[in-house]
Amino acid sequence: MSKVVLKAINISKQYRLGQVGTGTIAHDLNRWWHLARGKEDPYIQIGDTNDRSTKGDSDYVWSLKDINFEVKQGDVLGIIGKNGAGKSTLLKILSQVTTATTGKVKIRGRIAALLEVGTGFHPELTGRENVFLNGAILGMTKAEIAGKFDEIVNFSGVEKYIDTPVKRYSSGMMVRLGFAVAAHLEPEILIVDEVLAVGDAEFQKKCMGKIKNVAGEGRTVLFVSHNMQAMSSICKTGILLKNGLIDEMSDMNTCIKKYNGLFEESVLGTVSIKDRLNRSQSSGNILFSNIQAFSNGKKTWDFRYDEEINFQIDCEAREQSDGLLFYMALLEPLTTDVLTNFKVVVKEGAVVKGEKLSFTITLPAKTLRVGQFLLYFAIGDAKQTRWYDVVDNNVNLPALNITAIDMDPHYNSGMFSIPYKLNINS
Amino acid sequence: MANKEIEDDNETWDLVLEPRTSWYSLGLSQILRFKDLLFLFVRRDFVSVYKQTILGPIWFFVQPVITGITYAVIFGFLADISTDGVNPLLFYMCGITLWNYFSDTLSKTADTFTANASVFGKVYFPRMIVPLSVVLSNLVKLGIQLLLFIAVWIYFLATDNTLHPNITILLVPFLILLMGFLGLGFGIIITSMTTKYRDLKFLITFGVQLLMYASPIVFPLSLVSEKYPQYKIFLLANPITSIIEAFKYAFLGVGEFNWLYLGYSLSFTVVLLFIGLVVFNKVEKSFMDTV
Repeated sequence: MSKVVLKAINISKQYRLGQVGTGTIAHDLNRWWHLARGKEDPYIQIGDTNDRSTKGDSDYVWSLKDINFEVKQGDVLGIIGKNGAGKSTLLKILSQVTTATTGKVKIRGRIAALLEVGTGFHPELTGRENVFLNGAILGMTKAEIAGKFDEIVNFSGVEKYIDTPVKRYSSGMMVRLGFAVAAHLEPEILIVDEVLAVGDAEFQKKCMGKIKNVAGEGRTVLFVSHNMQAMSSICKTGILLKNGLIDEMSDMNTCIKKYNGLFEESVLGTVSIKDRLNRSQSSGNILFSNIQAFSNGKKTWDFRYDEEINFQIDCEAREQSDGLLFYMALLEPLTTDVLTNFKVVVKEGAVVKGEKLSFTITLPAKTLRVGQFLLYFAIGDAKQTRWYDVVDNNVNLPALNITAIDMDPHYNSGMFSIPYKLNINS
Repeated sequence: MANKEIEDDNETWDLVLEPRTSWYSLGLSQILRFKDLLFLFVRRDFVSVYKQTILGPIWFFVQPVITGITYAVIFGFLADISTDGVNPLLFYMCGITLWNYFSDTLSKTADTFTANASVFGKVYFPRMIVPLSVVLSNLVKLGIQLLLFIAVWIYFLATDNTLHPNITILLVPFLILLMGFLGLGFGIIITSMTTKYRDLKFLITFGVQLLMYASPIVFPLSLVSEKYPQYKIFLLANPITSIIEAFKYAFLGVGEFNWLYLGYSLSFTVVLLFIGLVVFNKVEKSFMDTV
């Protein structure tokens, strides 16, 4: 039996929600006072489990809770889970970027983490200088880097620009150079986080090959990715995280099966928004009462990119009105910029008080690329003179989550696919 | 909390990551392992400053010369502050050269965590490497500026017989070391205290400037002894005072050189640096969560 090279014992990580400000100092002082007297942290007993879709009562949340696992030498362990399940937190703890709130990690041998490629690249320095700098940041000595320098440059394929400052590089070249350095690290344990999602298809292939090689040399690899095809081809064992807990720990394919199951089971019922009062800029003659997203008849807010996306929207007239116009937009989550929108007259003629109206909207499959999208709905009179009801960020609808499980080289570049025609004119 | 039977294993591990470590494990051996990174950082800091300039490192000369001339005009000629009979340009350059080393080191180490958060958030290496690299790269800069000062000094030595350099000049490397460590000590304490609550940051920008006037840079200590002897004690409480005075005494032969005062500065530096290392070490483990 090969020996255990990494052992995680009861690791938990607590985060405080909200902003740091004058409000947090009271907690800090209280915590400090308890610890100074040798007592337990007063906030360690509280905290919600990590489920981003429900709003908890506590200011604290357990991003990870009581995680135990062992990794043996030569294991290739895949860590999977939905967004926010705690994968990145776990990697950060293992790679020493932060510490766990409680628990221990024991490690044998040199460990190196690749949470990003090209960490610490200085734009003013040349490619050559940055190879040395980046290599040293990742834990190599100068002599080691010098010994592998030619190999690194060869692998990256940017020989021609090696003496040019990296600020002149294209982003692809930067990534290639960064990955080339990382690929020549020789730690006993390597932690890799989704770096494969970068570069063109040819380069991705090269990266996957390299990771397979590393694994083949008997070194231990911990790998996090959303790319299930890559995971199942590289990893032997897997861990599936769900809301900060280990949901499954067995061979990779079992984990993947369960992971795909998660999407089926994650039915977020109909979102009733009748009682949410924080609407902005609406007169309230007509109110949205329910919004439901579904695909192939099952209710969900998580879609695979090759599924049709449907919404069913119910509204109710509180006062009478003259025709109804429906407006819908998809927003970018960070900037809340409108990505696309459409307006449809859903009813012409008078709407009487108390009348209920329900309609369905369908977005064709493969329109939205992988990512998250926020929704914005509004309803107004048919002549567009005013809005009766607006559902925006204030109402907190779940985000539309689009994922992919198969290997589409373009699945994560861009946000939309548009129909196009290609004619060959030779 | 931890599982008892797992806890009891007495196998050997190379690395154990825990939420808290004892205050005395400062991880200095880790720094040795990453010494190549330290020098590459020094090189980066130094080289990146003068990329895309024509004069390159010569720019390091400009700052002390222009500041020296400005001070000589304002404090020397206009305000007529005594320089103990030394040429004002030489007097001010002497103080500024050493002071700049301190203030550059302090202000740059004071935002170690916030300025490097993007790198620190992605990869582990002993965080102390970054402030240490600042001390060293500023040392290189100081070396260049010191060469310039020595050139000016030799010129005055040859043309002016009021200068009395003496054997204490051998102490100069020690004085420089003290200044560097003082800046480092203050810097790492401030950066550790500003990761979560940034209030102190507002203090640092004008604090460093004010500190200069609380140190004998633009005036000699003798001026205070003469005019306000009752306040001299406050000036001496500033550990920089005796270092600057000793530095001036070594090169110019003016100023107050006192072993007792220097001993105070040395103990101050040692204590400050120790507290700094302990605090920095505690903060570096989880600052990413609050920065």
